[in-house]
Amino acid sequence: MSELDDKIRCDACPVMCYIRPGMTGACDRYANWDGQLVRVDPHVLLERAVHDGGKVVPFVNAEAAWSGDILASPGPIITAVGAGTTYPDYKPAPFIVSSKVDGVDMVTVVTEGIYSYCGVKLKIDTDRHLGPECAIVRAQGEPVGHVTTGEYGSQMLSLGGVNHLTHGGKKEGRVTCDTLLGLCNGEPVELTVDGGVSVIVEAGKPPIINGKREERMRVGCGSATIGMFAKQWDGKVDEVVVVDDHITGVLSEHQAGKLLGVRETGIKMRGRRSTPGRYFHVAEPGVGWGGTNVSDPLEIVAGFNPKVAWSGMTMLMVSTTGEQYGFYRLDDALRPIEAELPETLRESVERISENCEPALCSVLFMAGAGGSLRAGVTENPVRLTRSVRQALTTVTAGGAPVVVWPGGGITFMVDVTLLPRNAFGYVPTPAIVAPIEFTLRLDDYAALGGHVGEVRSLDDVIAHHAERPNIVFAGGAVARDIGARRKA
Amino acid sequence: MREPPQRRRLPDGRLHLSDGPIDLVIEAFGETSAVEAAYAAASLRFATILDEICAELTLLRAASRPNAPAPLGRVARRMTAAVAPFAKRRFLTPMAAVAGAVADETLAAMTATCDLRRAYVNNGGDIALHLAAAESFTIGMVDRPDRPSLVGRASIGASEGVRGVATSGWRGRSFSLGVADAVTVLARSAALADAAATLIANAVDLPGHPAIERAPARQRDPQSDLGERRVTIGVGPLTSSEIGSALAAGAAEAALWREAGLIEAAALRLDEATRLVGAVPNLYNVGARATAPRIEGKSRHAVG
Repeated sequence: MSELDDKIRCDACPVMCYIRPGMTGACDRYANWDGQLVRVDPHVLLERAVHDGGKVVPFVNAEAAWSGDILASPGPIITAVGAGTTYPDYKPAPFIVSSKVDGVDMVTVVTEGIYSYCGVKLKIDTDRHLGPECAIVRAQGEPVGHVTTGEYGSQMLSLGGVNHLTHGGKKEGRVTCDTLLGLCNGEPVELTVDGGVSVIVEAGKPPIINGKREERMRVGCGSATIGMFAKQWDGKVDEVVVVDDHITGVLSEHQAGKLLGVRETGIKMRGRRSTPGRYFHVAEPGVGWGGTNVSDPLEIVAGFNPKVAWSGMTMLMVSTTGEQYGFYRLDDALRPIEAELPETLRESVERISENCEPALCSVLFMAGAGGSLRAGVTENPVRLTRSVRQALTTVTAGGAPVVVWPGGGITFMVDVTLLPRNAFGYVPTPAIVAPIEFTLRLDDYAALGGHVGEVRSLDDVIAHHAERPNIVFAGGAVARDIGARRKA
Repeated sequence: MREPPQRRRLPDGRLHLSDGPIDLVIEAFGETSAVEAAYAAASLRFATILDEICAELTLLRAASRPNAPAPLGRVARRMTAAVAPFAKRRFLTPMAAVAGAVADETLAAMTATCDLRRAYVNNGGDIALHLAAAESFTIGMVDRPDRPSLVGRASIGASEGVRGVATSGWRGRSFSLGVADAVTVLARSAALADAAATLIANAVDLPGHPAIERAPARQRDPQSDLGERRVTIGVGPLTSSEIGSALAAGAAEAALWREAGLIEAAALRLDEATRLVGAVPNLYNVGARATAPRIEGKSRHAVG
């Protein structure tokens, strides 16, 4: 998708329509909704559902294995979005639907869960230091979570969970619920980290840190960057330092430099040498070069050994995203003097930034299906857990695939961008309401004590969806934000 | 990104093929093996149709004129051939026949290898028909494409020479320069019916009438082949004499093409009034509500 004036260009098919705001393309399936390309299926049932304020369902065929067929086959799916729930009653789930898949009778138990035990795991692609590990993360001044372990190219936040939702003050619970709901429904949410930054997080969008939009995710740590680009630097510059708060790399000392026969330069780095050419703690973490607090990279260079370094020696310093760089030449006193970056090196700096993926925020919703929810599925809740463990029962959330944690209970995580828009809700408990579906064979369902008497046919549910405008029906209706939400 | 063409069997067994703006609902009748082979042939042919058309879109969006370079694609050639006889007297681009041409081409792929009693390819209301000797189809009709309800039926027999049905109107998916709710045309092929329906619907018009809201096509669709031509976007209340004169203008256009041997019949519909040109075969149930037709393709009972 590309933008041209107020028009957007759809790339869903070779017609490549330019679509004006509020209009659809030639197919009537893709529309320009507020500058975004969205799918609006012409399916009549879907149109009714939208008019009635109902929700719509994504195709799930995209990830299916290729059958050798040149045409894709969309399959119907029924989701729990808007299905409602019977919690906390010990009653069957609102919809238990049977359909035939490849000749086997399948049952999908469709319900919404009310999750007091839930939260989100945020992955924020940035090198910038958002705040110290364990620091409290706040929304509207209330504590809603904390900074957790740093991961590749990203900072992780863990928000929500039962303690913030129910054990804190009343306002804390409400704000936590608001924050989770906003993040799960794909809205931008502003968070502040104690002793750190302010960050605006929106699923599938770049983070905005202290008002500055993050563009790129690092290609690797400083040492890895040396390894990747050593060959391109060899012979063009005498020394390269890739500045990184985690592991700063130094070409001449690094294994990659040694293999290429790069001459020693006598550079002396600050921080702690881990292995040759790899340095920890060259500075403090911050929002400067490579996630350090430095704005002048020479601060991390302690000097040059006069027995080894030479006048006229050249040095490139670059950050892990290629966003910042400097080129230096040693004068007669072996002081690095900044000079213009030669053309021959510019390409390698651009290559670093080219190889960085766009920085995004990802939001995984995490929740546990408690006994009450499971009781809506079967009279013997623990058997459902076992059935999920044995892979007899597939769990989805709003039709999206989930990761189920090993161990007790049915605790799962799901990428919120894979769910239909506004699939999440809340109750004032406070708790988050989210769709969940359990799909299994009809005979397995009976065996685990399912509410077999409540099973309705798919046709029946579709035929009666008008009576319950909230219910989502099968039939391949779609509405999802293509740019941010589509994976395949 | 490019989504792959989609294929599925509808719950009642019909074949649904979809790719970008094209949606085909296909049904074949005959020996089971022949029907399955026909569906396979349709799917195979369909897989590349949209790409073929798009490769020549610039040419196909230009006004049809004699001695214009001929396109390479088979569907594109069907389009240019269908509009050429009309284009001698009217502005028309090959895009006016795109839906019908796709239906014709897909049907041709099915009948080329399989012995079918009858079959149809319904491309969003523009329908290509195959009828073996003595076979017939009953076509259901609706009065407004945007609000489908069955208001009439016509039965088309093998001997009548009708193999294409198409409907055009300003409320439908394509732009119209006129005010017809629906103009349904029966012709030898879906591509001819498609082009004629477009022109006849354009002609059902009241130029300069203040109740008719129009806007340049490009303002609605930046790539429209109609350029700055003003297309209908709203029709206010019309008096019965105005309705009559708009339908008369359309009927004159339909008669012109019927005399030229390009169409068999047309049914024109505006605001609950109907005009027929030529004999719509075995048309019944229309008089009751003074309705006029469009083929309703999505209803299970529409074509059968």
